[in-house]
This record gives sequence, C-alpha cells and structure tokens, in this order.
Amino acid sequence: MFEATSRYIIIAALTFLFAPASLKAQDHSHDDQLESSTHETSQLAPADEGHNEIHGQTVDEKEFEITELIMHHISDSHEWHFFDWNSQPVSLPLPVIVYTKKNGFSLFSSGRFHHNDDGAVVHESSNGDRFIKVHDKIYLAEEESINNSYAHFSDSHEVTNTTPDADISITKNVFNMFLGAMIMLLLFAGIIRRYKSQVPKGVAKFVEPLVVFVRDDIALQNIGEKHYKRFTPYLLTVFFFIWINNVLGLIPGGANLTGNISFTLTLSLLTFVIVNINGNKDYWRHIFWMPGVPYPVRVLMALIEIVGVFTKPFALMIRLFANMTAGHIVILSLISLVFIFKTIWIAPASVILTLFIYIIKVLVAFLQAYIFALLTALFIGQATQEHDHH
Amino acid sequence: MDLVTPDFGLIFWTLVTFLLLVFLLGKFAWKPILKMVDDREASIEDALKAAERARDEMKSLQSDNEAVLKEARQERERILKEAREMKNKIVSDAKDIAIAEGEKAIASAKAAIVAEKASAIAELKNQAATLSIEIAEKVLGKELSVENKQAEMISKMIDEVKFN
Repeated sequence: MFEATSRYIIIAALTFLFAPASLKAQDHSHDDQLESSTHETSQLAPADEGHNEIHGQTVDEKEFEITELIMHHISDSHEWHFFDWNSQPVSLPLPVIVYTKKNGFSLFSSGRFHHNDDGAVVHESSNGDRFIKVHDKIYLAEEESINNSYAHFSDSHEVTNTTPDADISITKNVFNMFLGAMIMLLLFAGIIRRYKSQVPKGVAKFVEPLVVFVRDDIALQNIGEKHYKRFTPYLLTVFFFIWINNVLGLIPGGANLTGNISFTLTLSLLTFVIVNINGNKDYWRHIFWMPGVPYPVRVLMALIEIVGVFTKPFALMIRLFANMTAGHIVILSLISLVFIFKTIWIAPASVILTLFIYIIKVLVAFLQAYIFALLTALFIGQATQEHDHH
Repeated sequence: MDLVTPDFGLIFWTLVTFLLLVFLLGKFAWKPILKMVDDREASIEDALKAAERARDEMKSLQSDNEAVLKEARQERERILKEAREMKNKIVSDAKDIAIAEGEKAIASAKAAIVAEKASAIAELKNQAATLSIEIAEKVLGKELSVENKQAEMISKMIDEVKFN
C-alpha cells in the first residue's frame, strides 16, 4: 500500500513539474496566436498594394513567420508537408472527405488546391459543391472573389464562408493515427507469431514486460483482483495507442496528434463513459449522498463530487494535450532560436537545448501514456470498488 | 482558439480507429498474449511447486534411508549379539556335555573295573579252587598214602589259601 502511495506522489510531483511549463507555453502560444492573427491582416493588406510592400516588412515579418511556423507545425493539415525544395513545398496530399446536406459527399485530393491556403483556388466537386481551403480548413467557396480569394472575411478577420456540414477528411493527424494503428497491428501480429512456444522471442521479449506492467501495475493495482481482467484490454490499447502516437509525433515531420485536443477529448470521453457505465451502487452513493458525514456536508459533497465526475476526464484531456503540445512548441522555439537572434552562433546552444528537451520528450511520451492509462485505471477502480460499510 | 477547438473529423476518426484497435487487439493480441503469460506463470508456479515437492520427497526419502540404515545396523548388532550368545551357549553346553560324558565314562569305567575286579577275584577264587583241588588231588594222590601227612597237608594248604 505504501509503495502504491509513494508512486502516486511521484506521479503527482512529475505532473506538477511539467504542468507549469506547459501552462506557460500555452499562454505563450495563445499570445502568439493573437499576434499572428493581427499580422494576418498585414499579410492580406499588401496583396492590394503590391509586392514591394512585402519586402518592406522586415523585423516584424520574420518574428511572425516563426510563430506561424510553430502554429502550423502543431496544427492539423490537409497535406503532409515535409520540406520546401526550391521554394516549392514537397508534401503528400491527403484525401478530403466532406459532406453537405444539399449535395452529399465529396471526395477529392487536397492536391487540387495546389498548396493554396487562402481561398484563391476553388475545387468544384462532381456533385456541384465548390470548395476552398483557408488556413487548412475546408469552406464552401463564395460566388465571387474579393482580393483574389473566394473566402470572405469579417471585420475580426474570421472567415465568414459556410463550412461543409461534416468534414471527415483524412488529415495529417488522421493519417498519422492510421500509421500508428498500422504499426500497432503489425507489431502485435508479429508478436503473436513469436508465441509459437510459451517462451517469448524477438520483439515479444521487449513488448511483453510492458504488457505485464500494464496488467499488474496499472490494472491489477488500481482496479483490484475482482474486476481488472475486464478492463485490461482497454487499458493496454490506451497505453500503447497513446505511447506509439506520442513517439510518432516526436519523429521530425510527424504530426502533433496526441497534442490535439480532439484526440485527447475522444480518449478521455471514452474513459468517462467506461467509468460511469461501470460505476456501481457504492460509487453513485458516494457521489450523491456521501455516507458517514453530517447531512449539510452531504449536500456540499454531492455538488463537489458531481463536478468531480466531469473534471476527472477533463483533466485527462488537458494533461495529455498540454504536455504534448507544449513539448512541440518548446522544441520548435528552441530550433527557431537561430531565426529569432539572427545569428548562427546561437546554434550550439539551440542544438544542445533541443536535444535535452527532446530526450525529456521521449520520457514524457512514455510517462503521459502511463499516466493516462494509470488514471483511467484509478477512476475505474474507484467506480467498481466495493466499500466496506462505514 | 483553433488549438483548443475540437474538430469533428478528427474525433470521428479517432473514435473509429481506437474502437477498432480495442476490438482487434483485444481479440487477436491481448487475449492470446495475456493467456500465454498466464499459462506461463501457471506453468512456472507448477514447476516450482513440483520442485518443492521433489525436494520434500527427497528429504523424506533420505530420512527413510537413514531409518532403514539405522534399523539394519541395529539388526546387525542384534544378530551379532545373538550369534555371540549362541556361540557361548554352544561352547558351555558342549563343555557341560563333555564333562557329563566324561563323568559318565569314568563312572562306567569305575563300575567296569569293580565288576572286572570282582569277576577277576571270582575267577581267581575259582582258579584257586580248581588249582587247590588239582594240587589237593596230586598231593592227595601222593600223601594220602601217608595218613597223617594227609591231614597235615590239608590244613596247611587251607591256611595258605586265606587271602583276604
């Protein structure tokens, strides 16, 4: 019991250690974003006044580009951009799948937009829908173009075009997720074949301790002997899915999938559903009518506990999102130091710091997968635990 | 705000991919791997238990051996002791018998001697008697011609014959 408690303390300490960093990074990114949106107007403006003005912007323009670069790297995209070659982007166009109530589904390659990202290029689908891409989002094109763009902007510089009713495009994140899933399937298919005899061989020797670790130290420890077998497959999948996608995100060029709020939202939503579906009578009694405390306190406790039901998975969602996104922002910022200071001499510091953060990120990639699975197991354990009557 | 705005497409694909993975891996990976691990753990436990059992058996066998050895040693002691006793008994018995036989032999020899002596005496007496008679006859034959000599002779001879 002591061992378990001390472990939670360590995890809590680590979480808090990383939390301030991620929060700060988030604030920073938020500011940057505001900054970037103000700059976007200045980018639009020169389009009217001619090209000379673009060259006129120097210092501001550079700083803005770095922020944009970072935001672009951690955001989702309809093409998988690798690098620029002779000012031409080298990227893998990904399929766009959109649905409008009026005309139904459209499926086409994002290559149809010819790397355009401000609504200048229109793709007309075979069902008559006309699409444009602005800031990696698909919109329906307006009838006429303003400033060489079929996107119209409001006074606060937001796109006013209608969006398709559903956009389930295979974006960079989705594509990377498929890659992760494929790797998992191939990995475990390979492992199963390794289990001809009872003795694990090859890659199974590496993965099996992890499987046993998840089973014994995450599932069994937190859920208990009686129920843990039911939840072990889910916890194993969560752990490996997050871990492998975290690692894929660390590979240069990889997508920031696990640092995307939609991804973490989905996983924590599943945890929320599983925890509350499996909540037993005791669990709900402890939420709504806490036994063993005076009646006025019970009312107060009920309020707190009901909020707690939602904050637990919410914290899961934010923790993974903030940790991964912050890590990406920090690495990209450190790499960009050369551009920020405009000197090559900062490069050694930049490289050393980046390497340092990168190694930490490798640890965090594992740690966050572990924490997600562990907390999920903990919540399930709380929901299925049978209390002695006080 | 783009950063924290959930996107329907990604949620949809995450849900699909993840649930598919839970299903596929649950069925084809976790179940067999966990089963294999469980089986192996069970077999290791069994093996350990079997080893423990074998060790116990060995121990009991060893103590059995010792008991048997001890018993054998005791048996040997007992048999030797018995043999020794029997030897002593046989020797003493033999001695007793020999003494008894000896005594018996001596006794019978003595008896035989006595008997022989008696018969010898009797024989001697008989011989003496016959001898005396013969002598007497001869003497008588000669002496009886002289009357007084006869009587003298007889009494003198009878006197001489008194041995005992």
